[in-house]
Amino acid sequence: MSRHAFEERFFRIARWASIAFFVAITAFPLLVMLGLSFRPVSSLLNEPGRLLPRPSEIDLDGYTRILSSRDDGGFGFAGFIGNSAYIAGVTVVLSLSFGILAAYAATRLRYRGASFINAAIVLVYLFPPLVFAVPLFVMFTRLGMRPSFTAVIIIYFAYTLPLALYMLRNYFSSVPVDIEEAARIDGASRIGVIRHVVVPLSAPAIATVGIYVFMSAWDEFLFALLFLVEDRDSWTVALGINQLEANVGTPTTVLMAGCVVITIPVVVAFSLAQRFLTEGLTSGSVKD
Amino acid sequence: MTTTTQAPPGSDHPGGAPPRHARRPASPSRRREARFAYLLLLPAILATVVLVLLPLLWNVTISLQSLRLIELRNFTPFGFLQAELGFDNFRLVTGQREFWSTVGRTVVYALAGTVLSLLLGVWAALAMRRPFRGRGAVKALLLVPYVLPVVAAAFVWRTMLSPQYGIVNAWGQDWFGWSRVDFFGQQTIDLPLVGSVPLAFSTVIAFEAWRYFPFAFIFVYARLQAIPRHLYEAATIDGATISQQFRYVTFPALRGVLAVLFLLRFIWNFNDFTNIYLLTGGGAGTRVISIEIYEWLIGRSNPGAAAALSLILAAVMLVVLTVYVRWQARRDQA
Repeated sequence: MSRHAFEERFFRIARWASIAFFVAITAFPLLVMLGLSFRPVSSLLNEPGRLLPRPSEIDLDGYTRILSSRDDGGFGFAGFIGNSAYIAGVTVVLSLSFGILAAYAATRLRYRGASFINAAIVLVYLFPPLVFAVPLFVMFTRLGMRPSFTAVIIIYFAYTLPLALYMLRNYFSSVPVDIEEAARIDGASRIGVIRHVVVPLSAPAIATVGIYVFMSAWDEFLFALLFLVEDRDSWTVALGINQLEANVGTPTTVLMAGCVVITIPVVVAFSLAQRFLTEGLTSGSVKD
Repeated sequence: MTTTTQAPPGSDHPGGAPPRHARRPASPSRRREARFAYLLLLPAILATVVLVLLPLLWNVTISLQSLRLIELRNFTPFGFLQAELGFDNFRLVTGQREFWSTVGRTVVYALAGTVLSLLLGVWAALAMRRPFRGRGAVKALLLVPYVLPVVAAAFVWRTMLSPQYGIVNAWGQDWFGWSRVDFFGQQTIDLPLVGSVPLAFSTVIAFEAWRYFPFAFIFVYARLQAIPRHLYEAATIDGATISQQFRYVTFPALRGVLAVLFLLRFIWNFNDFTNIYLLTGGGAGTRVISIEIYEWLIGRSNPGAAAALSLILAAVMLVVLTVYVRWQARRDQA
């Protein structure tokens, strides 16, 4: 067999084996999560080697227990979802509004120090959060803002803004300016152009960035732990799963139901935005 | 960078006021445009200065003071002007018995996790390169580890690998007859042929590689699509085999993107707190600097020491990054 023929055959098999391997390592944890969330904990302890639940034992008990409020004997997860949705929602609004303004300035206006300012803001995204965590913790403790959603929202805003700015800037610079100029000639103000031309034209990109910001805030753990852990009513979903496991002693299968619940919004959002998201993230990096 | 407007090089005015000493008088409309731009940028600049730049400076002053959490009531950002400053905090944190092994472990954790996730990402991208039925669905599935909320991912791993009721241990026992392994709680394990291996630490690195390979995958996948087809046609005519095409066409095209990915992932992994905290809490030989910072700040209520250690973290990272960038630059010249 020549080297050519050997490689042809080898890589044809290797390709399918690789695809199978990657499907396995990504799908398996998902299956474990879903499977366990429908089983009573006794079933897990009796049969730890079973991946999917027996049809007869499937119940939604885990979901009702994790979601119902503590007064009803549950774990109050619905409240955590509300907290996370509120924090992530406000972060999205702030990050998008100011990101759009900054990205517009960066791609459409001329001013001194443009490249410095843009680079400096985007560089923030690379800064280790732990270097700011200590001083911010000290400051917000001093200000009596612990536990407080405001502190967390302000921090999330500051750390999602650079990425929002970066992605929006990439997109805005690919949108032709002709329409904006036409609107200006027709007498629209600059703010009017942003509101009535730029934002509608970039709606898909803006939605994508919004979803990305939402996912980051929904998922964030370190600052939630530092700023919200003391008050159970302020826990976010991420903090909730961790604290319920570590300190409250919640059955594994009930917590799995919680994991499924917090994963669903992320998966839905992501699948809606997947194409734009991967293009938006990678577009700056694939130039020759 | 994709900025279409470029300011003339020279003094920068990040503050927001229009320049006072313009080299030539700008037209009024130009000046109005610049003023409007600064207005739009003001919130972003303010957020950066107040929440990033100032904390960075505070961090330095906090690290030089003796500060306990209970004394915070008297803390002011400028209190250091009257306070007694010194390097006691740095002496305290570097004097810990485990200090140097923690630093070393952090570097190994970041390097190993980064390299493994890049290798997996490239491998996945190459396997997925040519179209097949259901590629879109598989591609979406491969992004799951990265998209999954980190608490959910960590909890599923801990459950799967649990020594009492983990499915991995159950299968391992039934099929291979191994005795139950506490992946996240056991510091070392004796394996045949290789000897003693750090178990919990390796498992944490495996989790990191698993969680972040999709990030490399998306970028490499996008880059692969952009390699011109005629390069491969030419290579085929020249008689290059598949592995030679990878060696001489694909890999050179990927080098730029891989260098950037390495840099990004290394920085983020080096500073990672969440993954390790959720998986082991820093126990069983997985304590890295970020966990130690959290311990000083919360466990031992000593923000001064935590601040000092976070500066050391940043310094070590800068050293490693400098070495890497130098090495890259030299390789590019050669």
